[in-house]
Amino acid sequence: MSSQTKPLLSITDLKTCFHTLDGVVNAVDDIQFDVYPGETLGLVGESGCGKSVTALSVLRLLRCPPAEITGKICFENRNLLELNSEEMRNIRGKDISMIFQEPMTSLNPVLTIGEQIAEAARNHKRMTRQEAWRWAVEMLRMVQIPGPNTRARDYPHRLSGGMRQRAVIAMALSCNPKLIMADEPTTALDVTIQAQIMNLMVHLKEEFKTAIVLITHNLGIIAEMASRVIVMYAGKIVEEAPIQELFKDPRHPYTKGLLGSIPVIGRKDKTGRYLQEIPGIVPSPLDMPVGCRFNPRCPKVMDRCKKEEPPMVRQGEHRRVLCWLEA
Amino acid sequence: MLHYVAKRLLFTIPVLIGISLLLFFMLRMLPGDPAQVLAGQMATPEEIQTIRQQLGLDRPIHIQYASFLGRLARLDLGLSARTQNPVIQEIWARLPNTILLAMTAISLACLFGIPAGILSAVRPYSWIDYIVTIAALFGISMPVFWLGLMLVVVFSVILKWLPAGGTGGWQHVILPSITLASFVVAFIARMTRATMLEALSQDYTTTARSKGLTEKTIIIKHALRNALIPIITVVGLQFGLLLGGAVLTETVFAWPGLGRLIVDSILARDYSMIQGTILIFGLLYTLVNLAVDLIYAFVDPRIRYD
Ligand SMILES: Nc1ncnc2c1ncn2[C@@H]1O[C@H](COP(=O)(O)OP(=O)(O)OP(=O)(O)O)[C@@H](O)[C@H]1O
Ligand SMILES: [Mg+2]
Repeated sequence: MSSQTKPLLSITDLKTCFHTLDGVVNAVDDIQFDVYPGETLGLVGESGCGKSVTALSVLRLLRCPPAEITGKICFENRNLLELNSEEMRNIRGKDISMIFQEPMTSLNPVLTIGEQIAEAARNHKRMTRQEAWRWAVEMLRMVQIPGPNTRARDYPHRLSGGMRQRAVIAMALSCNPKLIMADEPTTALDVTIQAQIMNLMVHLKEEFKTAIVLITHNLGIIAEMASRVIVMYAGKIVEEAPIQELFKDPRHPYTKGLLGSIPVIGRKDKTGRYLQEIPGIVPSPLDMPVGCRFNPRCPKVMDRCKKEEPPMVRQGEHRRVLCWLEA
Repeated sequence: MLHYVAKRLLFTIPVLIGISLLLFFMLRMLPGDPAQVLAGQMATPEEIQTIRQQLGLDRPIHIQYASFLGRLARLDLGLSARTQNPVIQEIWARLPNTILLAMTAISLACLFGIPAGILSAVRPYSWIDYIVTIAALFGISMPVFWLGLMLVVVFSVILKWLPAGGTGGWQHVILPSITLASFVVAFIARMTRATMLEALSQDYTTTARSKGLTEKTIIIKHALRNALIPIITVVGLQFGLLLGGAVLTETVFAWPGLGRLIVDSILARDYSMIQGTILIFGLLYTLVNLAVDLIYAFVDPRIRYD
């Protein structure tokens, strides 16, 4: 990922807020990041930090209003936020597609698996019905679903969770997109199936040369798949680093806390527990702390953190931290 | 599937027997003596007694019921005390009118109610949604007889476009079916709006959108097909009600259907006719329910009967 390659997706000053009855929720607050062709970028953070909203903002899948998206989301030099709905439709599913967290609810219960894959292909590739169907069966074979010919004619309720997620992946890949936003693709599955799906994604990524933004709160998965990681906290990016550096040398106190909360077999911490947790809770988006958003939970909090927002400190090409300690 | 249908059809028999039993004894608890009504105000006690014997009303009530069931098994619903014609013949003469009116009304209601509901759900809180909501409010709260009379005043009396009542050509069906549909169309529109809003907020709708499908495909193919199940339930229930409950409309438009037949029979204490008509209503209702259940299986692949 050197500076010579041009980013596929370049997000600058992205803000997504929701106008609710209780007030304005700033779910994503002024973030920037790039995604390069073919890479896997990890996006981690606790529940509610704005990971899904970021992904949905890129594809403009949020209902506006109540949502409001501002900033720039440049995909191949076009700002997606300036496209009309027709142009946006041509990007969805074809250039950028999405994998959702819940395979149980993300497939339409009244349409066959084959039809749901075929319609994506038919939509963008000018195929006839038969061609699209054959293509759908081919995609099911690609994601290693046994008996793809008969499976294509099945409805989602006949498939197990793992199978459905494979079908969802087949659907996302069916038009050979340049970028996939994978929003917790394995969270809803049990551990053995998780590993299978992850292996499948690694394999398919090589084959299709697709860039992936992998959203998860499982740092183990990130460690296996991603080359770069972005850590989010309360709507902000707090740290970005190449994968090895992040694990070796985390700089933001929040990242350190996250890494501390990965269970390591046989290693106890000072208090005799296996798992260290970050004390405190995620702040309510309606009532963000003044200064650094992490300050009420930060073990190294200083006076300044409670008054002024920390600066984004760049440390080399792909390293940055949002913290007063590094300033 | 055929097995299931046969089972359900067979099951209508105990249901109808249950209805007949309830009906038979409830009718006989009504105040008023049918023999007295038939014989008229001036009849002597002897005359009344003769009529009572003719109708079999002098026998113990369980014997009466047994003989009624026996005749029912041979599809003989008895003679109408009021007109002296076989009950089945009277019902048969009016059944097509009732079905025609109910069918036209329910079709009209679906034709306007479902698209109106979809439009409101696609653009909630827009002016179109408000118009549909207000129109639905009118449809639900307007008294049927008043609407019927207003339609007659405007289209028959003032404009002279359509007949004010009776049967004949298609012109005769229009006003009564509009009257009958007004409540149902409003009900279906509200129901469609609610279920479509729900379907449009589901994850699979977001998935469909993320594939770059057109709004039309998302609404019709993905959301509507899912929203259809509760809509079909409502349409089925309402259709069942229309088949049996068009009394006011039939009266306003002098429409010779079963609704008026039953009212006339009740006024005349015509037991056989009341029993016959209500049994037919029961039968129609169970058939409509069966049809609804079969349509479910057609729309929703998760529902299977075998
Ligand atoms: N439609 C909405 N209206 C109002 N607030 C919303 C809406 N969608 C999301 N939010 C808020 O935005 C914030 C970020 O939500 P988001 O779903 O992106 O979290 P996440 O990081 O994906 O969490 P998780 O790991 O649980 O999926 C949350 O505080 C949530 O309450
Ligand atoms: Mg999420």
